[in-house]
Amino acid sequence: MKVLVPVKRVIDYNVKVRVKADGSGVDLANVKMSMNPFDEIAVEEAIRLKEAGKAEEIIAVSIGVKQSQETLRTALAMGADRAILVVAADDVHQDIEPLAVAKILAKVVEEEQPGLVLCGKQAIDNDMNATGQMLSALMGWSQATFASKLEIEGDSAKVTREVDGGLQTIEVKMPAVVTVDLRLNEPRYASLPNIMKAKKKPLDEKTAADYGVDVTPRLEIVKTDEPAAREAGEIVGSVDELVAKLKEAGAV
Amino acid sequence: MFNAVMSFDLGEDVNALREMVHRWAQERIKPMAAEIDSTNAFPNELWKEMGDLGLLGITTPEEYGGSGMSYLAHVIAVEEIARASASVSLSYGAHSNLCVNQIKLNGSEEQKRQYLPGLISGEHVGALAMSEPGAGSDVVSMKLRAEKRNDHYRLNGNKYWITNGPDADTLVVYAKTDPDAGSKGITAFIVEKSMKGFSTSPHFDKLGMRGSNTAELIFDDVEVPFDNVLGEEGKGVRVLMSGLDYERVVLAGIGTGIMAACLDEIMPYMAERKQFGQPIGNFQLMQGKIADIYTKMNSARAYVYEVAKSCDRGTVTRQDAAACCLYASEEAMVVAHQAVQAMGGAGFLADAPVARIFRDAKLMEIGAGTSEIRRMLIGRELMGAML
Repeated sequence: MKVLVPVKRVIDYNVKVRVKADGSGVDLANVKMSMNPFDEIAVEEAIRLKEAGKAEEIIAVSIGVKQSQETLRTALAMGADRAILVVAADDVHQDIEPLAVAKILAKVVEEEQPGLVLCGKQAIDNDMNATGQMLSALMGWSQATFASKLEIEGDSAKVTREVDGGLQTIEVKMPAVVTVDLRLNEPRYASLPNIMKAKKKPLDEKTAADYGVDVTPRLEIVKTDEPAAREAGEIVGSVDELVAKLKEAGAV
Repeated sequence: MFNAVMSFDLGEDVNALREMVHRWAQERIKPMAAEIDSTNAFPNELWKEMGDLGLLGITTPEEYGGSGMSYLAHVIAVEEIARASASVSLSYGAHSNLCVNQIKLNGSEEQKRQYLPGLISGEHVGALAMSEPGAGSDVVSMKLRAEKRNDHYRLNGNKYWITNGPDADTLVVYAKTDPDAGSKGITAFIVEKSMKGFSTSPHFDKLGMRGSNTAELIFDDVEVPFDNVLGEEGKGVRVLMSGLDYERVVLAGIGTGIMAACLDEIMPYMAERKQFGQPIGNFQLMQGKIADIYTKMNSARAYVYEVAKSCDRGTVTRQDAAACCLYASEEAMVVAHQAVQAMGGAGFLADAPVARIFRDAKLMEIGAGTSEIRRMLIGRELMGAML
């Protein structure tokens, strides 16, 4: 079975996010970028499936600016076998919306015929949480979102999902789209020898036009604001004082 | 964390290495740094992890288990580890450069096959032993005696200030094979911990670099086979001096790492700490401090990286190896001093990261040759070209 893992280049989770002066979005000029952490978990899970003999080949795909190549190299260094870069934007600030990404992925899926697509549940930049679901709808495949455990038996996948009330276990027929949650695994660090080997692994470069997908945004960003500054807390001396304060604030 | 710094053009491979080591060191080592310092104990599980990541043999060819990369790459690894914990980086540098790289440079084919794979996988810990109680800067005055017998050398004496000494399985040791021949009477040996008569003191309690275990080595009739001579008999000083050039360049990365760590610690504080109704980073005196630290760090990086590249081209000079290390080390001390100042009382607490960094930085002016010796070397080399 082939496993397809879409990976997104996003602003690094350690970077203090700054809004552009004109409010049109987040400033990404000269900002450290790295692989979306949820996608890293997806890559790790794919590698574990391969190590367990459940998958033969792992293909990482990234859609975005040319620099997404670095993100794909990271996936290759972790253990993906080959990569496909779909260049769909020139400017790092140009957003490619989930539907356009899902449409391109659907074309890649048609070409590659994977048995499983493992995606991060969402990207930490826009938090859309939509691409995996849209891809499964476009393909008419089963979907299992927010996976915290994945077991593959024959042509079905047993997926434990993190839902509001706790854990839900479902079984889906393959091929399927599974989106992964934080607690599925802990991604490995790529070793130096594997970083060097990754440079020799195949990386195909395509464009959105090659797949005939229009990536023009359908959404208009009206305004981007910095989150409101948190107000300082207050240390109270006793439970009574705490209750009094809460009453005062109308919280109890 | 402070990432808004200049990126140097070090090439794709080295950037990828930095990325990986940075992340591993920040996630894995940094959370342990305070405890390593307070308990003065090295987390030995790190050796295997560093081995798995390919960090222990960066400059060693792949055929011996290494990563076949550059001295520049090694400097970056040392720097990023030091940014998380200077003492871990010191032990790492002692193992991967002082021991592993010396065997790579000077070992016979058999010695490389015998010793390098275990050291590079992290199964074995490495050290290098040069200093003695009475022979520090004046290293040629060493007293450790290696007496030639029928089929072995018999070593008697001791070594002092040996990084990784208590933990090392494989040690590069310099000893006198001909006490009357001065610098021509020194020979380098590969000594194994398991050899009869070899023992170590408990590790020292130090001002800084705590957890990077330092000890005395005691040689009591240790029989070392002829096969374990590193290089040739009587040619130990050449092994020692050439090794020191690379050692200084690689360890200079600890200095640049310390400076980066200082920025990591103080920059968020500059933004969060409020006095007179505003973040202290708004005040020009504090901005001046930050500007100085930033300038020193980037200047040191530029020099150290460039000298590392000259190591890779095979054109490094003794004066530049010493000078980049002198500069990175002394500026690390200045910067650590100012980082404590920038944090005021918060930086003066025993468990403040900048307090630990301040104590660690001091070693940079003492270890791997004192600042005085580095200056002497630079001056001597420069004047040597004139006189």
